[in-house]
Amino acid sequence: MKALGIIFDGIVKRNPTFVLILGMCPTLGTTSSAMTGMSMGLATLFVLICSNVAISLIKNIVPDKVRIPVFIVVIASFVTMLQMVMQAYLPSLYATLGIFIPLIVVNCILLGRAEAFASKNGVLLSLCDGVGVGIGFTIALTILGAVREILGTGAVFGYQLYSADFGALIFVLAPGAFIVLGLLIALFNRLYAR
Amino acid sequence: MLEYLSIIFSAILVNNIVFAQFLGICPFIGVSKNLESAFGMSMAVTFVMAVATAVTWLLQHYVLLPLGLVYIQTIAFILVIAVLVQMLEIIMKKISPALYAALGVFLPLITTNCAVLGVAIIVAQKDFGLMHSVVYAVATAIGFGLALTLFAAIRTQLALSDVPRSMRGVPIALIVAGILAMAFMGFTGITIA
Repeated sequence: MKALGIIFDGIVKRNPTFVLILGMCPTLGTTSSAMTGMSMGLATLFVLICSNVAISLIKNIVPDKVRIPVFIVVIASFVTMLQMVMQAYLPSLYATLGIFIPLIVVNCILLGRAEAFASKNGVLLSLCDGVGVGIGFTIALTILGAVREILGTGAVFGYQLYSADFGALIFVLAPGAFIVLGLLIALFNRLYAR
Repeated sequence: MLEYLSIIFSAILVNNIVFAQFLGICPFIGVSKNLESAFGMSMAVTFVMAVATAVTWLLQHYVLLPLGLVYIQTIAFILVIAVLVQMLEIIMKKISPALYAALGVFLPLITTNCAVLGVAIIVAQKDFGLMHSVVYAVATAIGFGLALTLFAAIRTQLALSDVPRSMRGVPIALIVAGILAMAFMGFTGITIA
């Protein structure tokens, strides 16, 4: 039961994008369509689960003073694994997401969860935390990508809703990322703020 | 010479790191509440980015490439940057306490600034020469500083305006950043030489 609560918290109450406002660079940089946003979310989800589990396993061996560098190396190792797998099996997606895959290393969500949760809790709970926060991030990126894609090109996941001639291209370009994210966070505040 | 001018112009205005490449957004949102800290952060980023790019360039070309270890590039770069920032902090504290007082607080934040790692990786991908890379890094950092300073100036004004409750703070800041990004889009396609 507690595990389910932690997963749910990660998705809504501690949503990394809409509530904690972490990991802004990939959020803005990879959401020009719903598909790329979702792929970036899933890539981050994978690294987050692995790093959370690994860090909760080694938390008692790591001396307190060097914990941050150790966490960064653990995260960087999983990112490197992800890079290699993606380069081998999903080369076109890897090319689309480009520099944002290696930059998962400096995504503050990962180090934040490692420091705030995985270094203090057991393996199972850390796994749940990783799943919850990762899914929350994926959902946020997918929504942002979908909104931008629909407004900009009239399509979502490549499925045409209305003619692209009526789309406002600005939403697919850089300014649209900032504006749509700002409006979505405002909407989230309006719905959940008490 | 013209070549360098073109790199500088492109990195500062056309491909601005914040508005066109979406790197370094965290400090862009976090440290832009007043002009003074925005300026301090910009200086610290410029300094670290120039040194980090030079060091990672040497690492890439004299260690990783000859030994065929390019696949650990991400781990190697982030470790070198983290160590470098720590060392700069110690050296700065000893040599110039005044500079440390001005920039010191920003240094730990820079380790996880994706712009620094981002530029190191971009430079490695584009296969720039050493001089080229450092010029690119400094120009990119100036672009970051320009974006941050402009944004901080607008936010000081924004703090005084009456914004709807759910838009306060980050949402309205992001929308302002969007409008700024639109202004920077005016430079798209302009090239020197």
